[in-house]
Amino acid sequence: MDPNDYRYTKDHEWIAIEDGRGRVGITDYAQKQLGDVVYLELPAIGKTFEKGQVFGTIESVKAVSELYCPMSGEVIEVNTALVERPEQVNADAFKSWMIVLRLSNPADTNRLLTVEEYSQLIK
Amino acid sequence: MEQTAVSELKRTPLHARHLAHGARMVPFGGWEMPVEYTGIVDEHLAVRTRAGLFDVSHMGQIEIAGDRALDAVQQIWSNDASRLKIGQAQYSALTTPTGCFVDDLLVYRMGPAHFLCVVNAGNIEKDYAWIAEQVTPFGDVAAINSSARYALLAIQGPQAQPILQSLTGIDLSTLRYYWFAHGEVAGIRAMVSRTGYTGEDGFEIFVPPQAADRLWSAILEAGHPSGLVPVGLGARDTLRLEAAMRLYGNDIDETTTILEADLEWIIGWQKPAFTGREALAAQKARGVGRKLVGLEMLDRAIARHGYDVMDGGEPVGVVTSGTQTPFLKKAIALAYVRADRTPVGTLLDIGVRGRLARAQVVPLPFYKRSKR
Repeated sequence: MDPNDYRYTKDHEWIAIEDGRGRVGITDYAQKQLGDVVYLELPAIGKTFEKGQVFGTIESVKAVSELYCPMSGEVIEVNTALVERPEQVNADAFKSWMIVLRLSNPADTNRLLTVEEYSQLIK
Repeated sequence: MEQTAVSELKRTPLHARHLAHGARMVPFGGWEMPVEYTGIVDEHLAVRTRAGLFDVSHMGQIEIAGDRALDAVQQIWSNDASRLKIGQAQYSALTTPTGCFVDDLLVYRMGPAHFLCVVNAGNIEKDYAWIAEQVTPFGDVAAINSSARYALLAIQGPQAQPILQSLTGIDLSTLRYYWFAHGEVAGIRAMVSRTGYTGEDGFEIFVPPQAADRLWSAILEAGHPSGLVPVGLGARDTLRLEAAMRLYGNDIDETTTILEADLEWIIGWQKPAFTGREALAAQKARGVGRKLVGLEMLDRAIARHGYDVMDGGEPVGVVTSGTQTPFLKKAIALAYVRADRTPVGTLLDIGVRGRLARAQVVPLPFYKRSKR
């Protein structure tokens, strides 16, 4: 699956949906806006989030931003390697997944943007 | 975030250059300024290890001159200007009657009765009005806002001296810290001072605005082999914070006294009178209730401006500046803390998004360059 198949939020998160699971990260546009990422705070495995809830925090040298959950679900994986090396987000935002959710409703993709819609948004 | 409509923002003479370099531009103190070119971390490290070039033309210049200029300036700011030789500069505070900061500034003694102040961009009009009013009773003295007459570039870093020396006949090896000289740089009439806001060795260069572009290009070209890069306000902020230099509007303002800001060294106590002297003397006699200290985070978290400082669940202060520093690779902060909690080594907590993160009071500055 590549970024063309991901879905996007207006808050600049991406989600890769496969087999009822969703891998979540932030977009390349978002990492550019943030600048050098130095800190990442992610939830514990087992936590559940509703769509739109804050699941973590990302900080650049300059700013603090909240991470919003694109879809509802339970956290089943956390990218602890990324927490150790958060600057990877700047190197490749689309490979820098943060959490994997077991989606409570994998079909509920309304309000998520396609890659074309998202490209329009950040134009 | 405060956003001013881009059309109202002032631009420095180097605006087109910044855009050509691909800088990300942001509003700052009423100006549209470059916050970063390639990235804050890269630019910060370039200044610590090689050299960086800054456009700080947004800074203001106010000149005070006339027979009674020395008497007037001795009254309006805290440091003792009588100790300045011609060609020497000092850090000072324009004081309120309560001993707080109208602004912090660099004062250059241009002549026996001629002083040039470099003030913060966002305070130019306020400072000018304040100074003009304060000096009037002295009679033969005038204040002029000459901000539009200068562009100001800063070259900072261990390679700053050799790079700049290749462009000027001024002997930089004999120009001491906080002294300045007049001469030509890249064929442009300039005033060069050994000052800066990075904690690194370096120079600030005053030139006419119409020459700024030529000087910028000349320094970039001369510095290129040594790894000099343009540096934005983002890295300027992280560099000054490592060096524990106060930022007006964050760490100091019209509600914080010089003593609370732990800057007693810029108070000229030997002066019989200056605005705010009584208030400061009284505060010194009874002791400050709070003081600006350095904090280093022990837990993984970054303290930011406005976060609470706690001790045993009780609020004891507030963070004024904080970041993850690119060079020291630690999360550091400046904070006003209740006086009894300021000794180095004191353990405190910072309220970070609803939880507490451990921090420790450390000596300032966080970073001090090694003298060569």
